[in-house]
Amino acid sequence: MSPRPPTASAIEIAAAVNAGQSARVAVEAALARAEADTLNAIIRVHRARALAAADAVDTRIKAGESLPLAGVPIAVKDNVLVRGIEANACSKILKGFVSPYTATAVARLEAAGAIVIASTNMDEFAMGSSNETSVFGPVKNPVDPTRIPGGSSGGSAAAVAAGIVPVALGSDTGGSIRQPAGLCGAVGYKPTYGLVSRYGLIAFGSSLDQIGPITSTVADAALVTSIMGGADAHDATCAPRTHAELAAATASLSPSSALRGLKIGIVPEHAEGLQPGVRARLDAAKTALIAAGAQLVEVRLPHEKAAVAVYYVLATGEASSNLSRFDGVRYGHRTAKPETLGELYAKSRGEGFGREVRRRIMLGTYVLSTGYYDAYYKKAQQVRRLICNDYANAFAQCDLLLGPVSPTTAFKLGEKLSDPLQMYLSDIFTIATNLAGVPAISVPFGADATGLPVGLQLQAPQWADALLLRAAAGLMALSA
Amino acid sequence: MSITADNVRHLAKLANLALPEDELVRMAGELEAIVGYVQQLQDVDTTGVEAIANVSGLATVVRPDVAGEMLTQREILALAPEHNEVAILVPKVVER
Repeated sequence: MSPRPPTASAIEIAAAVNAGQSARVAVEAALARAEADTLNAIIRVHRARALAAADAVDTRIKAGESLPLAGVPIAVKDNVLVRGIEANACSKILKGFVSPYTATAVARLEAAGAIVIASTNMDEFAMGSSNETSVFGPVKNPVDPTRIPGGSSGGSAAAVAAGIVPVALGSDTGGSIRQPAGLCGAVGYKPTYGLVSRYGLIAFGSSLDQIGPITSTVADAALVTSIMGGADAHDATCAPRTHAELAAATASLSPSSALRGLKIGIVPEHAEGLQPGVRARLDAAKTALIAAGAQLVEVRLPHEKAAVAVYYVLATGEASSNLSRFDGVRYGHRTAKPETLGELYAKSRGEGFGREVRRRIMLGTYVLSTGYYDAYYKKAQQVRRLICNDYANAFAQCDLLLGPVSPTTAFKLGEKLSDPLQMYLSDIFTIATNLAGVPAISVPFGADATGLPVGLQLQAPQWADALLLRAAAGLMALSA
Repeated sequence: MSITADNVRHLAKLANLALPEDELVRMAGELEAIVGYVQQLQDVDTTGVEAIANVSGLATVVRPDVAGEMLTQREILALAPEHNEVAILVPKVVER
């Protein structure tokens, strides 16, 4: 079993449509694939809206326009809002919520000719590493349907790996783009914190959340991000920069010209506790990188071992605050016949949120509560600074970091569901990235002995996204 | 750090979250395990380290104070679980 991308890349589709091929044909084909999805990756297909949008793109092309994403079918994670489309963050509490506005990232992609054909399954409110906490049920890994696709953007990763769409949007708070991409055999890119506007992304941990693409090729990830990134008046945390240079970051490079002379940092601790199949692919990548002219240097991230602990304090604290807006008053689920306003809040929330979300709200409430704030929340923010300093020190000695995305390949459905702590530890290599706000990408790099995909992760300093993408394209070419 | 069902009941009140009784006990055990793991932070020496809340490097971001596009009253009311022509409805808050 190996993933097969039967669909053309976004760049290929846009080139064909700009050359006169009908966007409607490309979109019809993607709609048919989405409707035939057997993985539970797709939770909603937007047929009528997508066909109308495709016709509008065809009209624009006939009128002489050229659009960088002309006719490219995309899917969006169920926490990314599109006007007129129901979005639930895969939670019962948002059942029936039809967004009155469109996320900036999506608006920019649509303006460039992309067409939203479907919404993808996810862990409820992006809280999970296996896509098993969704109110719509788990997603199956396209490579082996008895296994999880990873999470929280499991539906987006599965949809791309199964060839339903060339591009799906995800969100990454602690690895939620990179880990599922790695476990499904797709490319998953988390840009620098603040590169893509979060306006229209249902918030989880606002100091960590970032929108990014899951694709089959690094070039597609670069193109899509160059278009959706950049300053946005609706998101004050989005940096006042433009990112057009990303589109060309991977253009027509051989692996050796992409990698020659780069200093790639290796953290020795990252090799500990890896499944043998994952370790073998990491070792193969190191050998191939040296052969391609890169130099490997040993670096340390001494505080990374505390990253999961820091994350589960900060992310849950932020989540407990962000999710206080879901109160049964203005939108979403409301309990039947509440007697008092207090009962309306507590019962609507208790009924609307699933188990993992309730657990994280409670943990976040605990770490922020009187008497514990200094011991947990403030302490975690101090250790977060030490982790940021570690990255700065490491990047003083190297251009990029290479390591595994996950310690294991995709595990079985249900395997870790009953042990939240074990589930949290499956994100051990992806979490520090978000704490430091640096960009990272998961690149498919072959498979283990049983054919399950192995992803490798490159990380770069803040705003070195173009370098990250260039090296990722080179690395991916070496896996062939 | 031991977390009891009573602790969980208090937290649930702070979080405005109605939890069934059986979940209080189960959640006490789960939170205790996670908080026990998080306890390792106490072993990290953070003497003189300033807490960081924002890694973007952006300071206070301002924009011109000009009214822009916004949702209409009708669009907002349409989202509410209970509403009349002009307002979102909730149970009575103040007794006369």
